[in-house]
Amino acid sequence: MNSPDTIPAEPAAIQSRTLMHGLILGGFCLGFGIVLAVTDRLTIADIGARALEDRQNSLSQVIPDSIHDNNPVTDTLVVKNARDKEITVYRARKEGRVTGVAYEIYGTGYAGEIKLMMGIAADGKLLGVRVLAHKETPGLGDKIEEKKGDWILRFTGLSLGDPPAERWKVKKDGGDFDQFAGATITPRGVMVAIRSGLDFFAANKAKLTGGS
Amino acid sequence: MANDYKTIVRDGLWDNNGVFSMLLGMCPAMAMTTSATNGFGMGLATAAVMAASSYLVAVFRNRITQEVRIPVYILIVAAMVTLVDLAMNAWMHELYKVLGLFIPLIVSNCLPLARLEAFAAKSPALPSLVDGLFMGIGFTIALTAIGAVREILGSGTLFADASLLLGPAFKTIELRILPADMGVLMMILPPGGFLVTGLLVVVKRLLDLRAGKEIQMGGAHSVA
Repeated sequence: MNSPDTIPAEPAAIQSRTLMHGLILGGFCLGFGIVLAVTDRLTIADIGARALEDRQNSLSQVIPDSIHDNNPVTDTLVVKNARDKEITVYRARKEGRVTGVAYEIYGTGYAGEIKLMMGIAADGKLLGVRVLAHKETPGLGDKIEEKKGDWILRFTGLSLGDPPAERWKVKKDGGDFDQFAGATITPRGVMVAIRSGLDFFAANKAKLTGGS
Repeated sequence: MANDYKTIVRDGLWDNNGVFSMLLGMCPAMAMTTSATNGFGMGLATAAVMAASSYLVAVFRNRITQEVRIPVYILIVAAMVTLVDLAMNAWMHELYKVLGLFIPLIVSNCLPLARLEAFAAKSPALPSLVDGLFMGIGFTIALTAIGAVREILGSGTLFADASLLLGPAFKTIELRILPADMGVLMMILPPGGFLVTGLLVVVKRLLDLRAGKEIQMGGAHSVA
């Protein structure tokens, strides 16, 4: 190893050693690859079920049980929004008629994207907004979570026009909605997301609430 | 041999503690310790990975050549992490929602790799399993301690959401130490991680120093 001139002396030995290392590494890769494939098979059904439950949970927070008799998780529609992004819309129906829809909306907060779920009734009134994921500062920006404050609940029952479109902003920007002490950017991001969600509904109302 | 195991356990839990003595695994030790519960959960997941990978490396130690040992170790750790990740997602979903993002980071934690190289590569299977397990438990204790201090100072609670992780029976250990809004926000932000980890390292060293001094003054220690 330490004197270079011994290396060319035994090319065959070196080749076979390299081959041996390759085989060892390959053997371990194959073995653990099989183990992982088997585990994946074993868990795939459960993981799928959990993901569905999660979605169901977040949907049930923004679509009240009383307005539907179907399962909104499986009654979906894909619609492109103004920025050409595909939005999955979950529909709540009662006796076949669409009574409300829910979809994910996104805003930019202080520390990255804020993901929310918004429910809106067929008449355009908000059924509810909930934060699904965010990276805002604990203790300041996280008051947008339902369990940390009731700020997010104040939107329920409002619609585009009540208040008027130009007042769907935080107070600092001349709107109707409170920001909270020490955090303006987070509520502003949420407001932008809700506003875009309302606009999306207005632009696609016929498609979202029309029949099948 | 029994004595040997005692040393392994002592090393893992205190003398050679991964975080407080070797200063390894600093990334999860600071990133995941915004609460005692998070630290505990992350520690347990790491302990499971460490025990399994130490055992496997020790079993295969005579088949792994010097030249390819590092890729094989990383392969084994990565495989164990993926197993834990999939199993937790499927069967411990509540815990997974809290820790899920950080499980893959166990691969980049240098503590498992350090133990494989320093211990499991040269030791029989059973002692390696014990070493991996107790190093992992020591890691869990360290993370829980850092998390507890940060949580008490930062949010005023202790073991908040523990019932989410351990089951409804543990609702009783969720404590409120300080009134809400009394917390020092910085403690749950990244700087708090550095401050608290540093201070706890100091505390551990002081305790060691004191123990060492007492032994010397008592004249009970044998010169090695």
